[in-house]
Amino acid sequence: MSVTREEVAKIASLARIRMADAELDRMVPELNGILDWVEQLGEVDTAGVEPMTAVIPNTLRLRDDVVDADPHTAGGRRDDVLANAPAAEHGFFGVPKVIE
Amino acid sequence: MVSTYRIQGATGEWEVVIGLEVHAQVTSNAKLFSGASTAFGAEPNTQVSLVDAAMPGMLPVPNRECIRQAVRTGMAIEAQINKWSRFDRKNYFYADLPQGYQISQLYHPLVGEGSLLIEADEKAGIPEDKVIGIERIHVEQDAGKLMHDQHPTMSYVDLNRVGIALMEIVSKPDMRSPAEAGAYVRKLRSILRYVGSCDGNMEEGSMRADVNVSVRRPGEEFGTRTETKNVNSVRFVMQVIEYEANRQVDVIENGGTVDQETRLFDPNTGTTRTMRSKEDAHDYRYFPDPDLLPLELEDSFLEECRASLPELPDAKRTRYENDLGLTPYNARELTAEVETFARFETLLAETAKQIGKPEAKVATQVANWALSVAPGVLKSLGDEADPANATAEAQAKILAMQDKGDISGGQAKEIYEIVLKTGGDPETIADEKGLKQVSDTGAIEAAIDAIIAANGDKVDEYRGGKDKLFGFFVGQTMKAMQGKANPAVVNQILKDKLDG
Amino acid sequence: MTDFTQLGVKQIRDGVAGGDFTAREVAEAFNAAVAEAAELNAFIVTTPDHALAAADATDAKRAKGEELGKMGGVPIGMKDLFATKGVQTTAASHILEGFEPEYESTVSQNLWDAGAGMLGKLNLDQFAMGSSNETSYFGNVNSPWKKDGTNAAMSPGGSSGGSSSAVAARIAPAATGTDTGGSIRQPAAFTGICGIKPTYGRCSRWGVVAFASSLDQAGPMARSVEDCAIMLEAMAGFDPKDATSLDMPVPNWEAALSADLKGKKVGIPREYRMDGTDEEILKSWEQGKEWLRDAGAEIVDVSLPHTKYALPAYYIVAPAEASSNLARYDGVRYGLRELPEGAGLQDMYAATRAAGFGDEVKRRILIGTYVLSAGFYDAYYTQAQKIRTLVARDFEQGFTQCDVILAPTTPTASFPLGSLNEDPLTMYLNDVFAVPASLAGLPAMSVPAMLNSDGLPLGLQLVGKPFDEQGVLNAGLAIQNRANFNAQPEKWW
Repeated sequence: MSVTREEVAKIASLARIRMADAELDRMVPELNGILDWVEQLGEVDTAGVEPMTAVIPNTLRLRDDVVDADPHTAGGRRDDVLANAPAAEHGFFGVPKVIE
Repeated sequence: MVSTYRIQGATGEWEVVIGLEVHAQVTSNAKLFSGASTAFGAEPNTQVSLVDAAMPGMLPVPNRECIRQAVRTGMAIEAQINKWSRFDRKNYFYADLPQGYQISQLYHPLVGEGSLLIEADEKAGIPEDKVIGIERIHVEQDAGKLMHDQHPTMSYVDLNRVGIALMEIVSKPDMRSPAEAGAYVRKLRSILRYVGSCDGNMEEGSMRADVNVSVRRPGEEFGTRTETKNVNSVRFVMQVIEYEANRQVDVIENGGTVDQETRLFDPNTGTTRTMRSKEDAHDYRYFPDPDLLPLELEDSFLEECRASLPELPDAKRTRYENDLGLTPYNARELTAEVETFARFETLLAETAKQIGKPEAKVATQVANWALSVAPGVLKSLGDEADPANATAEAQAKILAMQDKGDISGGQAKEIYEIVLKTGGDPETIADEKGLKQVSDTGAIEAAIDAIIAANGDKVDEYRGGKDKLFGFFVGQTMKAMQGKANPAVVNQILKDKLDG
Repeated sequence: MTDFTQLGVKQIRDGVAGGDFTAREVAEAFNAAVAEAAELNAFIVTTPDHALAAADATDAKRAKGEELGKMGGVPIGMKDLFATKGVQTTAASHILEGFEPEYESTVSQNLWDAGAGMLGKLNLDQFAMGSSNETSYFGNVNSPWKKDGTNAAMSPGGSSGGSSSAVAARIAPAATGTDTGGSIRQPAAFTGICGIKPTYGRCSRWGVVAFASSLDQAGPMARSVEDCAIMLEAMAGFDPKDATSLDMPVPNWEAALSADLKGKKVGIPREYRMDGTDEEILKSWEQGKEWLRDAGAEIVDVSLPHTKYALPAYYIVAPAEASSNLARYDGVRYGLRELPEGAGLQDMYAATRAAGFGDEVKRRILIGTYVLSAGFYDAYYTQAQKIRTLVARDFEQGFTQCDVILAPTTPTASFPLGSLNEDPLTMYLNDVFAVPASLAGLPAMSVPAMLNSDGLPLGLQLVGKPFDEQGVLNAGLAIQNRANFNAQPEKWW
């Protein structure tokens, strides 16, 4: 399987990475090289094999329904949350105007 | 029984096919994957943890209560509960979605197929009870909120809602009219509130529906559907269906085809319009969230969920009819809302206790009081009433006095009026205000004797077969007693004296 | 006078605890060494004050007779993938340049709680994607090693190349690393130091900038097996904030270290004998077997039939997870924002991410986006995860016949910077021996074996059963004791 320039452009758009023509030209053969190489996985008969779900046998732990139990995962820290924002105003994050 | 709802097109009749995806906010203190609060109406971004803001290196840890509530909800619609489920990531870019993906469940939802019963409602166009299939319930994160009108060139982002747990309850395309869809949403809301898994508050956005509508010639293949997003009231859901069905019929009859698309509802005009696409191509690239392991539920957890389920609307309604002897109408009215049945059951228990009879013997009396008498009095008083005075104890006392014959129905209302306005003990009020009827046979007999003596001709006519005159004697007696005589006693003495 | 920079973790800890010298003296020595070594470009930022404050705290504790902690008085380097409160955390990317977290990663906090101090944030391949440390926005990291008779800048390996370079150059006694597909072991091998990736889940991922969640594991990089054992004890531990964290007690690995392998079986996976593997690497592997046999172990052949498919499977799973994990870098809440005139929200995303990510990161995001996209998901992602199951099963089978597996860490020694840049695939092949253990979540370690004929270090890899870090460390110690690797790069910086 190989990807065309148009497909790469579409993937880049889906991944929200703007790409100039020259960059796309460079990327297409690189991606095709990688995709050709991973193609060999198709050789493996995986009938009846379950895809891996947990790397190490372990079960999903659930936490108790307690607000702000641990400050690391608590709310009520707006200043911290906004501290690194490129545009923060009146307690909000600012983004270019969105028309829905 | 097939719904008879049809769109009358220029070329004939069309049937509407409706499926609903209801997003219900799970009742929990903290968010699905973080410890931030879910309380409504907080200052912007004050209920946002580092996890919700998707800071680098932050990780989700699921809230047991959210899982528990979704499982209980599944049990309430008799659905299959999947002991093994998984969270998947739904990837797309938007400013209300800090992670760049929503944690949801696509491949292995927590709850599988179930069903929900909507009741016959002749007036609404639902001729018979109907079972609506439910495809699945999965748990997912809510998104944040964008505000567009605060700044000339910027939208503002508030992440308080980000990560609040939602249940997405997906119906099968089993509904055929706006009325059925309305009944479905109301019934679902009722079940969620019975279970306590969602407060059902549509104004605050605790329940929203995505409405899938298509039209077809009756009995033919499904047509192409549109999905109208985020509809937040039962009335709007019905309007969307009405509008969309007619619009689609117009499109088809004018030679066009319906586009499979996402639409938005405008409550001001009652119309829908195409939504500007959030993502050029809807390629969400779902894959299992590698930050979370599969969710495996233990039997003890499931047992606890089941044991904690309350009696549900359908079971309660049946019990009210069969065990309490209520009419189907009363049973339905009393079981529709959590508050209604809760008040009723408290009052019923208290009344039965005070009267000293089994609940079944007084249920009809209490139901009539709860559904028509008491609300009537409350309404007539308007602001004068203090609802805090409407205690079960006071109401039960009034009903007990009435049951004993101490007060008439009219007096019961009058006493209740005073109770609502000023509080106080109904018995004391009855005594003080003279709101009691006379059951003293001596006084009644004396009055009747006087009336019989004064109306010899009518007595003869009555005894000659003119039974209707009995009412005349009752009226005269009540008048003589200034309306305070116990009608049952009056009737009995009159019968004895006239027939005897 | 002692040259403190020649001391390792255990020597510093014991020396400070015993009053042979103060933690402050040690911190000052390393701060000075770091300041002198700018040419290595191992650090993105240095934090001498942090190191001094931690040292002073340790000295004060000692004066009061208090417990000093497992890492008391030891200054370390912190890979710049770990969030450090108030100290710039970049993942070596432009998109996170200037980002100062309001939180501390669990692993770094554990280290500070154990008495360690921070010399600075170490350079790495951008978002830990790379095997040569050439993808950092902040420039390549130079290995302290040179190929005999040449002056070419050599790769310290990647992605933990700042860590390997700093430890090998003796400007830090130890450093944190992270390993997604070999990022601790390969740089350790390239620079003649030790590094262990513990069982997946041993070290919390909370606060570590994510690359591929199902593979990422933190671990220590140091100059001896003992030092790795000590530091891993300090780093590891159950963290309720990470749903994949192992809820198990942390063993006392240091105390249980033993180089006596009597009764142990060491497996030699025949599929690791691959074309293109350097002859000297194969020789070091043979030597490794001899050493372990000498330590009392029995050497057995094992088969890991799906080894060949591990690397391509990794290059589907890791980019897929990365494409999603890196979606949060969008210019809204932190980091770089590129807002071209008149740009809308989606334009801003595309411009920000175009400017903020380097080529290798973009390449992997595109691959990941592609393999998850509609129509390709099952053929690529599901198939890769099935192969991952098979790779893990191979190990399970293998470990019915042996206690620990011995293999080379890398197919070649270090190479000059810039020499493998032509084709991404050639670079990826560096991790061919490291990736299988990552896919299976197993503990794995690289220990230095010898110098090759070019005077460059070669490492040997030990892979253990889940949770058996002890077995890995013990076999590593047996090699260390026999290899007597004490070569040091000549100081040129």
